Amino acid sequence: MALKKVKGSLERVFDKNLHDLVRGIRNHKDDEAKFIAQCIDEIKQELRQDNIAVKANAVAKLTYLQMLGYDISWAAFNVIEVMSSNKFTFKRIGYLAASQSFHEETEVLMLTTNMIRKDLSSQNQYDAAIALNGLSCFMTPDLARDLANDVMTLMTSTRPYIRKRAVLIMYKIFLKFPEALRPAFPRLKEKLEDPDPGVQSAAVNVICELARKNPKNYLSLAPVFFKLMTSSTNNWVLIKIIKLFGALTPLEPRLGKKLIEPLTNLIHSTSAMSLLYECINTVIAVLISLSSGMPNHNASIQLCVQKLRILIEDSDQNLKYLGLLAMSKILKTHPKSVQAHKDLILQCLDDKDESIRLRALDLLYGMVSKKNLMEIVRKLMVHMDKAEGSMYRDELLSKIVQICSQNNYQYITNFEWYVSVLVELTRVEGTRHGSVIASQMLDVAIRVKAIRAFAVEQMAQLLENSHTVASSAQRNGICEVLYAAAWIAGEFSEHLRDPRGTLDDMLRQKVTSLPGHIQAVFVQNIMKLYAAILVKYEEDEDNDGIREVSDLLVEKLPMFVQSGDLEVQERACCILQLMKYVKKLQDKDVSCADEVAALFAGELNPVAPKAQRKVAVPEGLDLDKWINDPPSDSSDDEGPANSLFIPDDSRMMNESMTRPVVEELSDDELERRREARRAETQNNPHYLKLGASAKGSKYQEVVNVEDIPVANIDLSVPLYVPGTKRLSDKYLEAERQARKRDKKRRHGKKSKRRHKSESEEDVPVVHKVDIMGGEMPEGATESGDEGNLELDDNDPHKLLDIDLDRPLDADEKLPVRTHRIVSPSAEDRPVEEKKKHHRKDKEKEKKRKEKEKKKSKKEKKRNKSGDDSAHPSLLIATELMSPGHEAIPSPGEEEEVAPPSAPVKKDTTPKKEEPKDDLDFWLSGQDAPVAVEVTAPEPGAAADVDSDAEDTSRHKKKKEKKAKKEKKEKKEKKEKKKKSKVANDEDVDSGRRDGFEELNSDGPPLPPMSSYRLLAEDSNIKMTYETRVQSQQGQQLIVSVIFTSLAEQHLKSLEFNVMDSLNTKMDRLPGATTHDGVPVPFQLPPNSFNEGQFAFQVQSINVAQKLRGTLTYTIKTEESSTSEKLDFKLYLPCTAFLIATPCSSDAFARLLQGGELSSKYSIKLSSGGAPFSHVLAKVCFYGHFAIVEQIDQSASLYSCSTQGHHICLLVKANGGGDVSIDGKCADGSLLSNVMEEIKVTAS
Amino acid sequence: MIKAIVVFNNHGKPRLIKFFQHYNEDMQQQIVRETFHLVSKRDENVCNFLEGGSLIGGSDYKIIYRHYATLYFVFCVDSSESELGILDLIQVFVETLDKAFENVCELDLIFHVDKVHYILQELVMGGMVLETNMTEIVTRIEEQSKLEKSEAGLAGAPARVVSAAKNLDLPKLPSNIQLPNLPSFR
Repeated sequence: MALKKVKGSLERVFDKNLHDLVRGIRNHKDDEAKFIAQCIDEIKQELRQDNIAVKANAVAKLTYLQMLGYDISWAAFNVIEVMSSNKFTFKRIGYLAASQSFHEETEVLMLTTNMIRKDLSSQNQYDAAIALNGLSCFMTPDLARDLANDVMTLMTSTRPYIRKRAVLIMYKIFLKFPEALRPAFPRLKEKLEDPDPGVQSAAVNVICELARKNPKNYLSLAPVFFKLMTSSTNNWVLIKIIKLFGALTPLEPRLGKKLIEPLTNLIHSTSAMSLLYECINTVIAVLISLSSGMPNHNASIQLCVQKLRILIEDSDQNLKYLGLLAMSKILKTHPKSVQAHKDLILQCLDDKDESIRLRALDLLYGMVSKKNLMEIVRKLMVHMDKAEGSMYRDELLSKIVQICSQNNYQYITNFEWYVSVLVELTRVEGTRHGSVIASQMLDVAIRVKAIRAFAVEQMAQLLENSHTVASSAQRNGICEVLYAAAWIAGEFSEHLRDPRGTLDDMLRQKVTSLPGHIQAVFVQNIMKLYAAILVKYEEDEDNDGIREVSDLLVEKLPMFVQSGDLEVQERACCILQLMKYVKKLQDKDVSCADEVAALFAGELNPVAPKAQRKVAVPEGLDLDKWINDPPSDSSDDEGPANSLFIPDDSRMMNESMTRPVVEELSDDELERRREARRAETQNNPHYLKLGASAKGSKYQEVVNVEDIPVANIDLSVPLYVPGTKRLSDKYLEAERQARKRDKKRRHGKKSKRRHKSESEEDVPVVHKVDIMGGEMPEGATESGDEGNLELDDNDPHKLLDIDLDRPLDADEKLPVRTHRIVSPSAEDRPVEEKKKHHRKDKEKEKKRKEKEKKKSKKEKKRNKSGDDSAHPSLLIATELMSPGHEAIPSPGEEEEVAPPSAPVKKDTTPKKEEPKDDLDFWLSGQDAPVAVEVTAPEPGAAADVDSDAEDTSRHKKKKEKKAKKEKKEKKEKKEKKKKSKVANDEDVDSGRRDGFEELNSDGPPLPPMSSYRLLAEDSNIKMTYETRVQSQQGQQLIVSVIFTSLAEQHLKSLEFNVMDSLNTKMDRLPGATTHDGVPVPFQLPPNSFNEGQFAFQVQSINVAQKLRGTLTYTIKTEESSTSEKLDFKLYLPCTAFLIATPCSSDAFARLLQGGELSSKYSIKLSSGGAPFSHVLAKVCFYGHFAIVEQIDQSASLYSCSTQGHHICLLVKANGGGDVSIDGKCADGSLLSNVMEEIKVTAS
Repeated sequence: MIKAIVVFNNHGKPRLIKFFQHYNEDMQQQIVRETFHLVSKRDENVCNFLEGGSLIGGSDYKIIYRHYATLYFVFCVDSSESELGILDLIQVFVETLDKAFENVCELDLIFHVDKVHYILQELVMGGMVLETNMTEIVTRIEEQSKLEKSEAGLAGAPARVVSAAKNLDLPKLPSNIQLPNLPSFR
């Protein structure tokens, strides 16, 4: 054995190690591939040896080769061999190779489950860590399912090094095995408050990743995160949380309101740029979500913009970039605040960094207004001249077009200017955006009727100078503008000043060098022009002219007939024949101008982009139905089917030849058809009709176009001289002049106009134009974007859209290895304990190891589980004692936690959380800047009193906090300032909040309400108390007493005693008599407070209880101690036994009709001037009722007692500040007592 | 999430690749090439963010990189990561390398890519940031090296001798990575 080992290592000496491989590759630069092939052969040899060290060396080399792009999947099995080595060194090499080369489809991964499990539970934390690391790279659904439980266990490891990895890897498990999310989530949540910052950060990381894709499921965690945000100092964690809030706020605007303040504070205080930036980002997100109706957030916007300005002005390019990025987000909702920084952004256009220039361009897009559009575009055009690199120039060009055309040309006041800008853009060298310019020209010319004359003139100019454009047909794209020019000149030829000249331009030889589709348009529009000229000449009876122009066409058209492009050829042939025919007629002196013109009669109307989608499917048309019988599969049918299509094709061809290309219905015809359709839809009940007004306005819009006065163009200015001053500058100049004049004028009327800043309306509109809306089918209106953003079906996150707030079902557990023979409870035991055993086990195992190497694992496990069940109670005690476990225990664990010997009944059902309500509750407290713990009261905590000192200490922290709040509350009462805060702070039963919250969400602030009442007070101590009940425990009532020390000295040996009545008995220590008090399980240092809970057994709940009691305590000073006594009366009202239970209005109605609730009772209270909602809130809060329905000034309330009595109330506000309450219940005395109590508390 | 971490030199030779999402080897090389192409043509004093290569990610992804001496450290991340945070993570990574290798240079990465991987594993796991505290990371790395050494024991001795002998002629290039200071983060 030893010999073999030595021999093996000696052999290794002659193997290449990784070093040699790397060096070898570097030395074989010329024949690298050959050398590597040779190395791979060697590696294959090495992998065949038994020595694990040799194998590991080979695998390490393979990992390097993988980086160079060599597939190493063939060695997957060897990698696993190395992974399974006992030595950390080799194991690490193996796992590294696996993490680089394995993936979901790697089949051998099936073999690894048990090995990985073993490594995960290894005693050496580094073994476990590399296993987790590897697993994070090659998680498969199988591995995720099989190992989820093991990783869960590791999440509570004592070593943070392992814990944080286990937490992180849960995310990968969730992705592959979504079922694990719900069972694992409570523990994950628990880790948010882990003492180790690394673990905390990991948990935040995972939840942020989860929440990013399905934010709504994680809204209920907002309070926890809020608390973390206000308490954490770890910038990584803060950044993640703040980013997460950015994702959550759009779903819950109230959250945003709460966030503004702490975020603003962070912005002011932090020195870390990354944190500052994320804060600003989230504030922006908040402001966007709040943008409606929150005018007073101007300060926040200003702050953000200000800080962003600092970023943008920074010399660090990264900050500059990010600043611009964030600025563009503000721009969307608050363009005004960004516009103030126009100078800065224009500066950024000159930056040497292209990323920054592009960002700045993005911003410009949103910063234009009617006022500054011309100026900005001018600047951009100057930039375009200077810009190097066609990429950036193209970007500029498309930005100009975008800026101008946005929102249906919203900011363009002068379309002449815009058209001339477009014409200027055609002179940009080497642009790829010719078609963009062309489509803009077409769009403007078609949709802006008033501009057509001007546009046609410009297009004629373009055609005249087409040689400059056409000569560079390879200058990809810019010749596209000729497409637009030809079409516009042809279509709107009536505006041409010299149609004949334009016709000549279009018939030049050069044109044939243009791309086919442009030539086709030329051919078609030559004909249009001809038609127009013909009409004109016939009017003038200029027969020579007619003959001349016809001859010209017949002479020139053949050059298109010879075109290689089919479309051009076909059109040209067609038109040439037509021309010949026309000429024949003309020779016979038949005037045919009207007939020719009729080919192109009618006018184009723009169609709305969504029109097609809005066309309603006619009734009775099923688009999925076969029109004909589906073709049979047999090949015999193919012949006839083919022949069917041939005549079809030819018919289409004929049609396109004969019919005019632009088919247009006359207005009358259109109107008639519309009328018919309207009449038809009028009687159709399934057809959604538009409001009459909307319809009317639409038609008006179309009709009105004709009536719009078209301003005359001042022709004294030469329209366009090529090569001289830019035409578009003229407009800018003119506008400036106009504004100056305007200012002067305004100067005169200063006193009147002073308050009015230069607003959009003041911009002089040179050229009144009407922009037509697109045509839409009947009954359809333009609507916003209908596309809904949904997660991609392939996205694994889709499966993770899981409701996390619903309590866990019994069967929702992580899968556990089935071959293990364990008592069912062992799996769920607190993990801490398991760990310990594990360790013990491992030690034992180690000793055994040398002797029996491959003894079955099963036995080990059986041992372990045996151990586990042997002494559970001891371990449970430690579990209870350990701090940091106060968060929600995972399901099933709860059962285990209960010590079997404990004298108290335990709540066995998983507690019902109502996180949504909790969240609402949390969010509703707008004044409270500090997070409040929102966990629902723990059933376990409520149950036991005296015997459970640990329990109390476990809750100490929480209680202390609560007591602090209590103190605060008193102060506030004095100040009478802050409202409703107390109610928020109280850790009241979630049900009660339920009823309370609905009221609080709107309406004026509520008066402070506290469920804590004063029990007794003397110079040393003060007691306030609250009652709590559980629906499952009809007879039990918990009195929670807060002891506040007012003394300078230490108070100790507190004993709380209440005299039992026949009906009500206090739970005491086992064996104690009724005269013995219950020791309070803590001492009170000076000026401290703590909370003790005492349980009572109550027989009947329909009468209020008044119990006498005494508190005895000892004051301890340095030298002596004195015993004191404080008597009190404990009042337990009937309402204490009510639980506000939500009830649907249906169920409520059924209850009332059921006849079971036979007793009735009515009271009247005076509200004392308080609004109805306040009275209602008080009734709900003090009486523990939930609102079923509220309609204006009346509401129905419901509550259920611990013993199952239903109580229904109807609360109505009568005029004059009176409120009447009618109640129904099966138990008359309970009802009357409850209502009398309400009368006292609520009025 | 971090989708990929790539380190390559000024000529585009990969020195470390770590993908947190599966791509086959050819694709990985293509991504490295494309990223190199994108990153290498940028000036020194421009910002360190690049929006989306075509091969990896899409619009949601950003390339965040830093250039140290002869090496580019490139992280491809989605929008859940903070840009400046990642820049800092790169800095932490490089500083850790500097500590672990004592004045790290490209040669260290060439010959000890496995060690670089192990260091990276302490920082990032499965695409999520694991630890950013440098002392913690360095301690862990050292502990693992110790563990490795103790395991090698006698059996490893001959191999160590041989490799030491082989390493005698290792070229010593003084091309240290100079660490510039970052805007304060921590």
